Amino acid sequence: MTEYITLSFLLFTIGAVGVLVRRNAIVVFMCVELMLNATNLAFVSFARQHGNLDGQTAAFFVMVVAAAEVVIGLAIIVSIYRTRRSASVDEANLLKA
Amino acid sequence: MTTFWVLAPLMVLAALGLLFAKKAVHAALCLAVVMIGLAVMYALQDAPFLFAVQIIVYTGAIMMLFLFVLMLIGVDRTDSLVETIKGQRLAAAVVGVLFAVTMSVAVGQVVVSSTVGLEEANADGNVEGLAALLFTRYVVAFEFTAALMITAVLGAMVLAHRERLSPRRTQIDVQRQRMREYAETGRHPGNPPTPGVFARHNGVDVPALLPDGSPAEESVPDSLRKRGQERTDVDISAAQRRAKEIERGDEEDPS
Repeated sequence: MTEYITLSFLLFTIGAVGVLVRRNAIVVFMCVELMLNATNLAFVSFARQHGNLDGQTAAFFVMVVAAAEVVIGLAIIVSIYRTRRSASVDEANLLKA
Repeated sequence: MTTFWVLAPLMVLAALGLLFAKKAVHAALCLAVVMIGLAVMYALQDAPFLFAVQIIVYTGAIMMLFLFVLMLIGVDRTDSLVETIKGQRLAAAVVGVLFAVTMSVAVGQVVVSSTVGLEEANADGNVEGLAALLFTRYVVAFEFTAALMITAVLGAMVLAHRERLSPRRTQIDVQRQRMREYAETGRHPGNPPTPGVFARHNGVDVPALLPDGSPAEESVPDSLRKRGQERTDVDISAAQRRAKEIERGDEEDPS
């Protein structure tokens, strides 16, 4: 149980640092996916710990929302790339004063 | 448990690859490794349905989508290493370490009761148990996900749609333009030669040879030329020289 949670928070930490460090929008997005997956692992572990399936249901919903989020996020990245010819998060600064 | 201890270090390494890989494609492959590892973890923890969904949705659909967009945007693009905010990388690393320390302290202090296990909950089968929950207690959330999916599909269509600003180029237009170019610049109106014709190799990166032996640059696909992956005639002549040497000195140098 504890080791699954440890792995889960390690993956979450790596994903969070990745979001902060990486500059390519797609890689940042992959790091967000990594964080979502890490929480899923925690959900499934706790479901086994407590002996009911609510945790697995929650993980299932996280997957559904993640799929929708990926679709929209990648569409946004593609449309930004079309106008700015760059997928770097530093380049998207049109709103800056 | 053995499976866990074999897989967990691999997954952490692959996740670190996501941090340090220079090319986005390598990061995507690392993420795929992590996701397959997670699927096995679900299987280990009595979640066969989530195991299947993880493989199908994440490694199948989402990673495929990521790679698809990577191909659209340009695979060869590497991450810029310029820090826009000074010291941001260091600060991020410090925050990450702090978070990890906090979490390990928290996990270390947890008193874990004995694991109940899912034998009872999975008595009728894991899928049946999940379905019973999904369609009773979580049915409202389930309906909302349907609305969410529809919205996501529409949103993606709107975002990816591009208005056609110029009229579509038909075959007639292409032919007219080719003949105009022939009249003005003398460019041959026919198809360009395919790569590798009369050359030493028939690979796509080898330009075709014209009747006078000079390479026809335009026979190599545009994308290869832009990336600089086309073989120049120096390369080719070196390869040809090497081939001749091998032909001549076959007995002395069998390699």
